[in-house]
Amino acid sequence: MKILTTAAAALLLPLLAMSCGRAEGGGRNMIQNKGSDTLVNVAQAWAEQYREVNPDTVVVVSGGGSGTGISAMINGTVDIANSSRAMKPSEIDDATANGHVPIEHIVGFDALAVFVHPSNPIESISIEQLAAIYGNDGTVNNWSDMGITIPGLNDDEIVRVSRQNNSGTYAYFREAVLGKKGKFKLGSRDLHGSKDVVDTCEKTPGAIGYSGLAYKTDHVKLVPVVNADGTPVMPTVATASDGSYPIARPLFMYTAGEPVGDIKDYMDWILSDAGQAIIAKKGYAPAK
Amino acid sequence: MADRGALPDVQRRSAAWWQDKVAQGLVLIGGVSAIVLILAIFIFVAQEGLGFLLKDLDLVEFFTSPAWRPTSDEPEYGILALMAGTASVTGLAMLIAVPFSLGAAIYIGEFATGRTREVLKVLVELLAAIPSVVWGFIGLSIMNPLIIDVFDVPVGLSVLNAGVILGLMAAPIMTTIAEDALKAVPDGYREAAEALGATRWQVIFKVVLPSAKNGLVAAILLGVGRGFGETMAVLMATGHSVNIPTSPFDSVRAMTATIAAELGETAQGSPHYQVLFSIGIMLFLVTFVINMAADVFVRGGFKLKGKRK
Repeated sequence: MKILTTAAAALLLPLLAMSCGRAEGGGRNMIQNKGSDTLVNVAQAWAEQYREVNPDTVVVVSGGGSGTGISAMINGTVDIANSSRAMKPSEIDDATANGHVPIEHIVGFDALAVFVHPSNPIESISIEQLAAIYGNDGTVNNWSDMGITIPGLNDDEIVRVSRQNNSGTYAYFREAVLGKKGKFKLGSRDLHGSKDVVDTCEKTPGAIGYSGLAYKTDHVKLVPVVNADGTPVMPTVATASDGSYPIARPLFMYTAGEPVGDIKDYMDWILSDAGQAIIAKKGYAPAK
Repeated sequence: MADRGALPDVQRRSAAWWQDKVAQGLVLIGGVSAIVLILAIFIFVAQEGLGFLLKDLDLVEFFTSPAWRPTSDEPEYGILALMAGTASVTGLAMLIAVPFSLGAAIYIGEFATGRTREVLKVLVELLAAIPSVVWGFIGLSIMNPLIIDVFDVPVGLSVLNAGVILGLMAAPIMTTIAEDALKAVPDGYREAAEALGATRWQVIFKVVLPSAKNGLVAAILLGVGRGFGETMAVLMATGHSVNIPTSPFDSVRAMTATIAAELGETAQGSPHYQVLFSIGIMLFLVTFVINMAADVFVRGGFKLKGKRK
């Protein structure tokens, strides 16, 4: 048995080593940056721009969801993890136990927009209504339950579009709309990316979905969300920064330990005016 | 080359002997590697998931709860809906694939001759070689709008979509194996039946199919195994929604697709990571049982074995 286990380890370890390797590409410094799908476009824009600022540093960016980035941080396979939700205390403990103390940096703010098909006449939606649609205890399953008739649609079932469960957007939406102990109603279409959510809302008359504001297109309708004062607020960069839009969230980057060297330079540049101008251009509110 | 004759016989034999040994060794490594690899994979999967499956996991919840919320504050690990998803898609796929593949196998094996037969065989094998992600793409971009249009449903990613795609994927392999089973029936059976005045259809239905029964069942079982293990195409075509389906137009989520979508994004060793491995163990066991059953059928089943001797 022991021989077999060793054989198994011998066979599988090289594979693991390959996937975990932190390559030092030919004299250049590589920074591995991974995580949030909400942030991936911005992270890529930063990486591209930074090549002009500091040609010796190459930032490799990949998406997959906040959970991907945080898991990679815990497993020690990235230098910077992007996340659209804060790391849970248990995750910070796990990472610390593996020898990587995650340090949080807020790099911007994002309005979590609610999308519907353009033919949907809905004028605004409240957090309670969202909870009734998405929550496990929610009773709203048809558009007619909310007094809405979508022209040309026979079956007025609400097609709930959600995100896969490692998504930071999914976790933030759960916390902000369904409450800390809240649970999603089963049976939603759990899509793999923010773009897919918007895409499905564009094509499906009965659909409702949520994603970062930056993913909006001209073929989808944004629904204003009613805030605590009872006024419907349209998600924009401005309403996300001044806090009037009720479901806006900070966007995080986590470094393994206090950033030093190239990673520190990169993080400083992201939080500088030049870096913040890029995130604003991509449709997010700057951190400062 | 002039000194070839000078080489003593013993030495020549020794060169051939070594050649023989090396070839033998290589073949042995090839044979043993299959066993070592399957054991290594099994040990790896068991190590990651078995402990959790036996110790920490609430097995009653695991098998009977449809709630799959592994990242909630109070995580829930019920795979009933995932099993229902896999079963419904595989079931529909078999409803489609079995008549198609048996029909194709009977036509290729019994009716088609010469060029038609050769061309058909090559085409069927070509069909089996289409990568599953391409099938998934067909489900996503061709079947999805088609189902929405034809059946007037809001979303076309459903049991129906994935079932049809999976049926088309499984049919070529099942056809090839079923055709082999028909070919294995000795021609003497057919000749004897024809000599008794049986029509062609009677020969096939009363003589060939019953004699090839075991091989045909094995073909179907391998198709079922293929359906159970398929990941990419079902991930793309089912709609990926945790749901016990009540109609073919419901979106579902398969066990394989859940592992594929979530495993890369969990922290190693976390409960979520281990529960995904537990699903992997489940899949491993199911496909193992199916393949074993197919193997037993190919060998003629337990009952026949006793009778023959």
